[in-house]
Amino acid sequence: MMRLLAVLVRDYRKALVLVVLLALAQTFANLYLPDLNAKIINDGVAKGDTGYILRMGGFMLLVTVLLVAVSVMLAYWGSKVAMSFGRDLRSDLFRKVESFSQNEVNQFGAPSLITRSTNDVQQVQMMVAIGLTMMIVAPLMGFGGIVMAVRQDVPLSALLVVIIPVMGVVLGLIIVRAVPLFRSMQVKLDRINQVTREVLTGMRVIRAFARGEYEEQRFDEANLDLTDTGLRVARLFALMFPALFGIFNLSTVAIMYFGAFRVDSGEMPIGNLTAFLAYVMQILMSVMMATMMLAMVPRASASGDRIQQVLEVTPSIGDPATPLRLVATDGARRGRIEFKGVEFGYPGAENPVLCDISFTVAPGRTTAIVGSTGSGKSTLISLIPRFYDVTGGSIEIDGHDIRAVNRDDLWSQIGFVPQKAFLFTGTIASNLRFGSQAASDADLWHALSIAQAKEFVADMSDGLEAPVKQGGSNLSGGQRQRLAIARALVKRPDIYVFDDSFSALDFKTDSMLRAALKSEVSGAAVIIVAQRVSSIMQADQIVVLDQGTVSGIGTHRELLEACETYREIVYSQLSAEEVA
Amino acid sequence: MSEREEIASDDGAKKPTPPSGPGFGPPGLHGTGVKAKDFKGSFKRLAGRLRPELWKICLIVTLAITSVVLTVAAPKILAQATDLIFEGAISSQLPAGATKEQAIAALKAEGQDQLASMLSSMELHPGQGVDMGAVGDVLLFVLGLYLAGALFTWLQAYLMAGVVQRVVYGLRREVDLKLARLPLQYFDGHARGDTLSRLTNDIDNIQQTLQQTLTQIITAVLTLVGVLAMMFWISPLLAVISLITVPLSVVVTMLIAKRSQKQFAVQWKATGSLSGHVEEMFTGHNIVKVFGRQKEAIARFDEENDQLFRASFKAQFISGIIMPSMMFIGNLNYAAIAVLGGLRVASGTMSLGHVQAFIQYSRQFTQPITQTASVANVLQSALASSERVFELLDEAEETPDAAEPVVLTKISGRLSLKDVSFRYAPDTPLIEDLDLEVSPGQTVAIVGPTGAGKTTLVNLLMRFYEIDGGSIFIDEVDTRNMTRADLRRLFGMVLQDAWLFGGTIRENIAYGKDGATEEEIQAAAEAAHVDHFVRTLAEGYDTRLDDDSAHVSQGERQLLTIARAFLVDPQILILDEATSSVDTRTEVLIQKAMSRLLRGRTSFVIAHRLSTIRDADVILVMNEGSIIEKGTHEELLAARGFYYDLYNSQFAEALAEAS
Repeated sequence: MMRLLAVLVRDYRKALVLVVLLALAQTFANLYLPDLNAKIINDGVAKGDTGYILRMGGFMLLVTVLLVAVSVMLAYWGSKVAMSFGRDLRSDLFRKVESFSQNEVNQFGAPSLITRSTNDVQQVQMMVAIGLTMMIVAPLMGFGGIVMAVRQDVPLSALLVVIIPVMGVVLGLIIVRAVPLFRSMQVKLDRINQVTREVLTGMRVIRAFARGEYEEQRFDEANLDLTDTGLRVARLFALMFPALFGIFNLSTVAIMYFGAFRVDSGEMPIGNLTAFLAYVMQILMSVMMATMMLAMVPRASASGDRIQQVLEVTPSIGDPATPLRLVATDGARRGRIEFKGVEFGYPGAENPVLCDISFTVAPGRTTAIVGSTGSGKSTLISLIPRFYDVTGGSIEIDGHDIRAVNRDDLWSQIGFVPQKAFLFTGTIASNLRFGSQAASDADLWHALSIAQAKEFVADMSDGLEAPVKQGGSNLSGGQRQRLAIARALVKRPDIYVFDDSFSALDFKTDSMLRAALKSEVSGAAVIIVAQRVSSIMQADQIVVLDQGTVSGIGTHRELLEACETYREIVYSQLSAEEVA
Repeated sequence: MSEREEIASDDGAKKPTPPSGPGFGPPGLHGTGVKAKDFKGSFKRLAGRLRPELWKICLIVTLAITSVVLTVAAPKILAQATDLIFEGAISSQLPAGATKEQAIAALKAEGQDQLASMLSSMELHPGQGVDMGAVGDVLLFVLGLYLAGALFTWLQAYLMAGVVQRVVYGLRREVDLKLARLPLQYFDGHARGDTLSRLTNDIDNIQQTLQQTLTQIITAVLTLVGVLAMMFWISPLLAVISLITVPLSVVVTMLIAKRSQKQFAVQWKATGSLSGHVEEMFTGHNIVKVFGRQKEAIARFDEENDQLFRASFKAQFISGIIMPSMMFIGNLNYAAIAVLGGLRVASGTMSLGHVQAFIQYSRQFTQPITQTASVANVLQSALASSERVFELLDEAEETPDAAEPVVLTKISGRLSLKDVSFRYAPDTPLIEDLDLEVSPGQTVAIVGPTGAGKTTLVNLLMRFYEIDGGSIFIDEVDTRNMTRADLRRLFGMVLQDAWLFGGTIRENIAYGKDGATEEEIQAAAEAAHVDHFVRTLAEGYDTRLDDDSAHVSQGERQLLTIARAFLVDPQILILDEATSSVDTRTEVLIQKAMSRLLRGRTSFVIAHRLSTIRDADVILVMNEGSIIEKGTHEELLAARGFYYDLYNSQFAEALAEAS
């Protein structure tokens, strides 16, 4: 948090000086008014001088006008600085995350990064806004109020020594109790959410097992728990306002009583008593405000730290200083990928995920990668677009180490279809044009027909312009997957990577798609990761992974004979007669 | 994952709500501008829910009135103390021994007419100081008023907390119970996120509003009336002046608040839009990169970020000038009263204590008006929320169970469908006149391409949906003559979407059977080949399966649901074979467990694996929602229809390759 505030001071020094000056001016004006009122009473009213009363009244008016002007300016600059700061933070964060490789994204997790760049920034920004408009003013007012009160009458000011700490202690006690209650309230709310979500997602199962009553009970427990905590929070709040106003009012009575002695002894004019009362109210208000603000600080500070953590990370993958260009040497076909003794391990992990992997993917050929979950298939192909960098060995495309070229250059060669077909808000067309803005409608339809998506897109009332909701939630898993395939096809790259991209398709669609794909991408290098043996049996080359190492490379037939792991996988999916 | 499209998407539930936090709107105005469609109706209905608490509410209102009266009375009485002090101060300056009249005459003689006329209306005892005894009495009385006022305020808020919490608890419970009575159709047709949000966010909103506003309105209105009365009592002239400036401040505040609300709405929208973009770009991080769209992503972010900046700056600034402008008008009033009051005190027509009291009153006057204005806003949003909750409560429920249900305890597992017809939408027939006889122990496989509607039959068998025509019999009993719960108890179900709830593994396995013994649970786990795995966990059967626990894989979750079905030991089974996203070794286990589970039971299998299809006694081939072919594997192949194509597309290659 302190680091962020240092940045704030660095970037907005002039504006901040202005804000502080304005806050000072506001405080002075605010504190001056009761003083003027005291003068009216002492020198005007008590002496029956009407002219003086009117003159001072006019002066009060002037101060009031000045006060509003200063306050509006303070609100303007305070909000401006705070919101600009928020904008800068968001921008820094977004750019930072965009520079991250998968390693850094994993370190935080995408959802956490999202919260950090939205909610957390919001928190900090709000804190700064309130800080600049109120938090600066509160201590100034408090301090100024004390000075002014002492000026009215020194002995009476002794009361402040009692009143201010009492206020602070009462507020402190309430906050100390409220904070854990709020936290526990959030936990209970989350619990209700969780139970309800489970009921909603498991509705079929719950009904199938006729467990409605049990679920009811579970919900009721959570509900009672929440109600109980809610009641405690509400009761604490019920106490808060009477307690605060009680202190205000008791202070008034006490000041009147002791003030009466001072006035009686002739040591204090009665106007000063009125002013003193006004100052004490201002002091208490500022103590109250300051305490409330302070209660907000920990939350904003935690947000600030979470932002700082992201900003401090240095991305582990970047572009080389003097990049090579990925152009084919002497017109040979592009897209030859060579894995040379590749090793990969996550940072800090004891064992590498992938070990000593070597094979070549030739242009115009299909290479399939199979293996059980956790064997490292997806990891292996995510090394090609440098989502991660190898920790040993190298990957070369057309003879160039992929770390020696710019990533933009590298990415422009690759058509990637991820495991989870991720679509963006927009239309079908805008999604398909993701890789190639220039593609014509005819290109899009062509890609759709290869991806077996033409039919359902044509059935939509808006066709290519049909809307896609966030995450493609208005489409089924199978539809999303086919669109993701079409998206890669529109790009027309030299290298295709399919990361288990057929899993949501039924066998029939799967096989039709693969048949169409075969002729379409004939010149390109194709890498397919698959669970289903039937999806990859016809590949030119199958790489079998087992616990991060290659346990066999060859065609379906070769591997059936030579590779135990492959046989195991095949037999688990097909019956003996289907295999042979 | 092939059946996903038939189950309503869960994505709604995962959508993050727009960021919220303290200060995302002006305090107390956290309504999002959503208004109730039927303000009056919803209000009445919400108010109706408070009826059981009527007596408590009456008590609360009485307490609130008392505390307002006490608080309003206090300044007027405090004024007496000020006057006593002022008179004492003046008296002590006058020569002792003289009477009040003599002192005034002396002043007049000195030409101090002003001062003289002021003093003439005061109670003076020249030469004597402040009557401390009297001051002490007045202050003690005021102290009592304030203390009692605070006590009553606290009491009413304390009681109110109980009322609100009870009402909201009841509402939550009612909604939850309602969910249990809604037909599955409702859940398939509504985004889960939406339903979830009605039960949580909307009810929260109602709770907060009830807590905040109910007593606030009463207190605000009463204070307004009381303060106004006191002001007129003290000085009609000053009251009229306040009546001009105070409403002015209210109007100004409302005008600004209206504009700021608009800006907050704009800011809200901009936040949502930016968050949406950030969310997409971060979750699709790799896709954005590999398709070379980072520059566009950043450009769009900058644009949205700038928009958000402008919107939030405006909103913050406009809401930031509410306070200063209110203070401005308040200070104008202050100055006016100080001057006019001063003049009147000087002329002897008003006492200093009353000026003091008047200033206090005029400060109390603004607050309730702005409060009432903001309450109106909050109330709008709460009513919109309650409307959404009531809407859910009003949804059509499942038809009630038969009045005198048949209870089958031990069944053979014979199932027959006679002339069954069904459609989801009235104008698109799906299943027409389906006849199907399933003998005990037989396996029915349901196959078809993605999106063919393979779960429809399951929906009908278990009465998740009601058939439109014909009937379904189990052991000659029409399923509509049983209660749904009894009917469903006859079935065991394993869905590919392995649903486990946030409890221990033991609780999850024992889910279908009350009071299952430890031995039964372990035996079921062993039968499902998951006992060994569970024992490798640090806490064994006590391991908690909270949201997406990392140490239990999808395949293992599937095995747990199979164990659950084993424990129930049903006569009829429904299996949705899950093949994707499970590693091969676990898949072998699942397969073994499933075939063991099938043994000797009547079963319906949504088939993905060919071995199941071929061994099935009846195969139902579905396409586009309806059953288009029916028969055994050999019959269907011989018919050379849809199934023939489907089968060949899967295996032609495999066979060609292998032969």
